[in-house]
Amino acid sequence: MTAQTLAALALSFTAVAGDWPQFRGPNSSGVAADATMAAQPKIQWSVSLPGRGLASPIIVGTKVFVSCSSGPKQERLHLICFNAADGAKVWERQLRATGRTMSHPKTSIAACTPCSDGRRVFALWSCNDVAAFDLDGNLLWTRGLTTDYPNVSNSLGMASSPLVIGETLVTMVENDSESYTLGLDVKTGCNLWKLDRPKAANWTSPIVWRANAEAAPVVVIQGSKGLTGIDPASGSKLWEYTDGASTTSSSTAIGGVIYAPSNGFTAFRPKGSGAAPEQLWRQKAISPATISPLLLGGKLFSINNAGVIATADLKTGEPGWKLRLTGPFSASPVGAGQRLLAVNEKGLMQVVDISGAEGVLTGQLQLPLKEETKEMILSTPSLSGAHVFVRTDSTLWRLGE
Amino acid sequence: MKLLLATFLLVSHSIVRGAAVDSVQVLASVGREGSGNEAASAAWKEVVKAGPAALPAVLAATGKGSAVADNWLRLAGDAIVDGALRAKRPLPLVEVEAFLRDTSHVDAARQLAFDLIRQADAVRADAIEPSLIADPVQELRRGAVQRVIDAAKTKTGDAAKAAYQQALDAVRDEDQTNFIAAELKKLNVSVDLPRHFGFVMKWNVIGPFDNTERKGFDTVFPPEKEVRLDAEYDGKGAKVKWQPFESRDDYGKLDFNKPLGMQKEVTAYAVTTIDSPTERDAELRLGCKNAWKVWLNGELIFGRDEYHRGQQMDQYKLKCRLRKGANTVLVKACQNEQKEQWTVEWEFQLRVCDSTGTALLATK
Repeated sequence: MTAQTLAALALSFTAVAGDWPQFRGPNSSGVAADATMAAQPKIQWSVSLPGRGLASPIIVGTKVFVSCSSGPKQERLHLICFNAADGAKVWERQLRATGRTMSHPKTSIAACTPCSDGRRVFALWSCNDVAAFDLDGNLLWTRGLTTDYPNVSNSLGMASSPLVIGETLVTMVENDSESYTLGLDVKTGCNLWKLDRPKAANWTSPIVWRANAEAAPVVVIQGSKGLTGIDPASGSKLWEYTDGASTTSSSTAIGGVIYAPSNGFTAFRPKGSGAAPEQLWRQKAISPATISPLLLGGKLFSINNAGVIATADLKTGEPGWKLRLTGPFSASPVGAGQRLLAVNEKGLMQVVDISGAEGVLTGQLQLPLKEETKEMILSTPSLSGAHVFVRTDSTLWRLGE
Repeated sequence: MKLLLATFLLVSHSIVRGAAVDSVQVLASVGREGSGNEAASAAWKEVVKAGPAALPAVLAATGKGSAVADNWLRLAGDAIVDGALRAKRPLPLVEVEAFLRDTSHVDAARQLAFDLIRQADAVRADAIEPSLIADPVQELRRGAVQRVIDAAKTKTGDAAKAAYQQALDAVRDEDQTNFIAAELKKLNVSVDLPRHFGFVMKWNVIGPFDNTERKGFDTVFPPEKEVRLDAEYDGKGAKVKWQPFESRDDYGKLDFNKPLGMQKEVTAYAVTTIDSPTERDAELRLGCKNAWKVWLNGELIFGRDEYHRGQQMDQYKLKCRLRKGANTVLVKACQNEQKEQWTVEWEFQLRVCDSTGTALLATK
């Protein structure tokens, strides 16, 4: 590895401990290795939001970033930066949707979680407007992907969250019509590459996979036909898994293995040189439903439509304990240490101790949702240090001890 | 010495403004697929650095390029106002309001002007808002209309009728219109919603043609080559002919299942003629949950091959140019193979309006 390459890698991500820079955290696994979670969380502060959204908050340093949409047709797009310590607004920027803003009423135009490389924050909305700002709110660039590609849209709404990897921002704008995954230059927003993708609605988010800790990162994109490994710089296909996969629940990668919501759940290890991936196990007894799995403490956790947490051993896929929580759930579970956090649509935060032979519900907190608008929690919580950040259409909360 | 300093400041100010104007033009010039972004990123900082003095140039450039360019400009205006408020610097709100009130400026620019006033001084925006009730920008009307609705809620009898009627005359948004119509109905006043919205109700329809494996979307069936209402063609399993069909739906929905029967993997067409007294810009606003294409006077305006993801009024706003006299609108709607209960719909709704959403034309 050359000094130049080392420097580029060092610059590619400057996030620090405590950051939750994208959907489902640093490794898209729902886990923050350096975070702690209260057994019985309490509300520490809350702030009002200017619009709807189910995009997760992201945390970079001392700042929390939240995207929203407002207006009669959700045509106003907001990105707001708050001080993580006290919820004070640091800055807010607003742009207008250049793409279509129709969505199913349950979701909204602020459905895609922003992401950050530690120096910039990238926001994507369901109307396929994407904007990059520095951490102080200065615009770096913006694009309207439906302006560029007029049939890129989904009348139910898009929800795939972008992923920044090195100098590439990966945006999956896959739908029934004009369907692409794009690699955008983080500095300019211009296309580095553009992949034609199956004409099928897809709400999953890209993840990063590495064969091992020293290996180059690979972007993994998922769809109804399976998963594809992509070189983030060039967009070249490196490998394919073709056994089909969910179009709602996203995969997770850890230790060189991908745990995919495919035929229940399937664990596989991609191979180089175009060889077929090596399947490690397949567990059909666990349904991924629509939410994404959590990998924590050597186990895979998934929550089904009935609100039951099911577990599987990461090495063997053997099912473990089950625990019925109070559902229904749209948010994916997250975890820290030996605790799992699941929040249902009605705003009930549920903390589960996973350290024993069986899962144990240790704490609950009912968030005060607005009954007059029948608001729900659809957003996956975010973790930073000893804090949990979660939002609804109206409010951002910080929870902790 | 003072004169010298003032001259210097004036010259400096002019230089800054000149640089900002150049930078504003860079923002207004961004193109497709990020073309011009690199230069725009630097220019954006220059415009924001110029501060409130750059606002007139930002407004003047808005609406002259693409919608994406407008976002570059909008975000610059946003940051300028934000910075001025933090620094307690004065903002040229009198000039911005004058810009807003000049309806010769383009819609996007006037909307931005109002939004900047709202951001800088909510009290001032509130004072302006009632005067926008007949504004040519659809969104600018909304607040004013809501005030009339709210006032009407406090009235009874004839006073309420008059107030809601005033709101109805101005309203263009679907949700507000529905509320007003419902309140007027309670007061025994019926509202002709199709007429208010400008839905096309009278059509001739023909079908079914084949759409097996969704191939009908791209197949050119005879109505795409000619519209001859006395023609007969080979359809899917039978000869097909044009037949008149009039929607009875308040929102103009043309349900192909009614004249053609509930079918799957089929394609149908509807055609109508709209008269325009002048050549003019217009919008064909379509709602459809089936794959569709729309032609105006034989020219394909747009098409989309998405099935059963949802339908709403004004789902697609198709900008077009009507010619003086008769204009032919042809709509193709495809039904796919899905069998679920929520995939029964095989329909569309189409209205003809201006950019404000004001109904334009009578149909025949």
